[in-house]
Amino acid sequence: MTESSPATAALPAALWCDRCGESVAAGPHPACEAARAWEPPRWCASCRRRMKVQVVPTGWSAVCVEHGERRG
Amino acid sequence: MPEILDQARERVLGNGVGLDEAGVLAVLNLPDEHLPAALQLAHEVRMRWCGPEVEVEGIISLKTGGCPEDCHFCSQSGLFTSPVRSVWLDIPALVEAAKQTAATGATEFCIVAAVRGPDARLMKQMREGVAAIRAAVDIQVAASLGMLTKEQVDELVEMGVHRYNHNLETCRSYFPNVVTTHSWEERWETLRMVRESGMEVCCGGILGLGETVEQRAEFAAQLAELDPHEVPLNFLNPRPGTPLGDRPVVEGKDALRAIAAFRLAMPRTILRYAGGRELTLGDLGTRDGLLGGINAVIVGNYLTTLGRPATADLKLLEDLKMPVKALSATL
Repeated sequence: MTESSPATAALPAALWCDRCGESVAAGPHPACEAARAWEPPRWCASCRRRMKVQVVPTGWSAVCVEHGERRG
Repeated sequence: MPEILDQARERVLGNGVGLDEAGVLAVLNLPDEHLPAALQLAHEVRMRWCGPEVEVEGIISLKTGGCPEDCHFCSQSGLFTSPVRSVWLDIPALVEAAKQTAATGATEFCIVAAVRGPDARLMKQMREGVAAIRAAVDIQVAASLGMLTKEQVDELVEMGVHRYNHNLETCRSYFPNVVTTHSWEERWETLRMVRESGMEVCCGGILGLGETVEQRAEFAAQLAELDPHEVPLNFLNPRPGTPLGDRPVVEGKDALRAIAAFRLAMPRTILRYAGGRELTLGDLGTRDGLLGGINAVIVGNYLTTLGRPATADLKLLEDLKMPVKALSATL
């Protein structure tokens, strides 16, 4: 899955897991990373806000009110 | 050869009469060593009574999340702590999704909304959306908007919606364990009105909700009684925050046994691969199911989760020498 996130390109590394919304300070979440192969992100990795996510047959978009849109 | 497969060869393959509940249960209980024979027979039944074509469909969520119902498998219920937020799709994006779906060779485009039943706003969005799609894209439009009134059924017919999806989800005896905000009978009533209207009936469900093998057989028999034009077969993809979020996924061989059994219960229906197959069956199992009774697929992504790329499924169909059903064949 190719993802693009122009609005977040200049932001620091992810602080939160974009699948479960929990901290990734102690390391990545392997189960969440595996699940993400078949799911769009739900949480903003920068601020932990729940994103508005629209899935369409050929892709998805996820919008954080603070950090903009990601697409995949 | 197990006796049930000999009986099915004569009854289902020979005469086109589906297995009854006891017969379906016998297939669901077949030991692993007889699974290839069951799938082979189901494939022969599909080829004889449906033909080699595969119907390809794309689905789109017009209104996501915030649903007042409590279907325990669903991340779009507003009653659970699911991370799915409420979103509406606008008409231009809906038309674009229909175009992208048609470009894959799909003949069906199903518009879905997470609601108990449509309100005036949703019906207006449907009317405008269906008209815009029909003006721009050569594809059949289906809908799935929950429980309908008779007036809404008539309105959808008038819009040109040719098929209506409303899944019973599971058998009647297990349904109260999965949904408490409405009844199995209410769903059946919508299906009855849809059939009376002349729209094609699409009705299936989800395996792996915690039902027993006996209840899976009961479900197949109840679907066969309904005699839908299409049966979408989903396998539970446990969603975080839902009451069924911690359930295990269906074991691959059990999923394939179910595919064979449902085909032997309904020899003439369109039996469609729907959600969850990626987790339950993977690439190899997807192929096995298409050679075991499946004759339709949802390509691309689902409503809130992702699927295999359409190109992967279309390549598989080409490898299997299964032609994609042409739009002209559906009109």
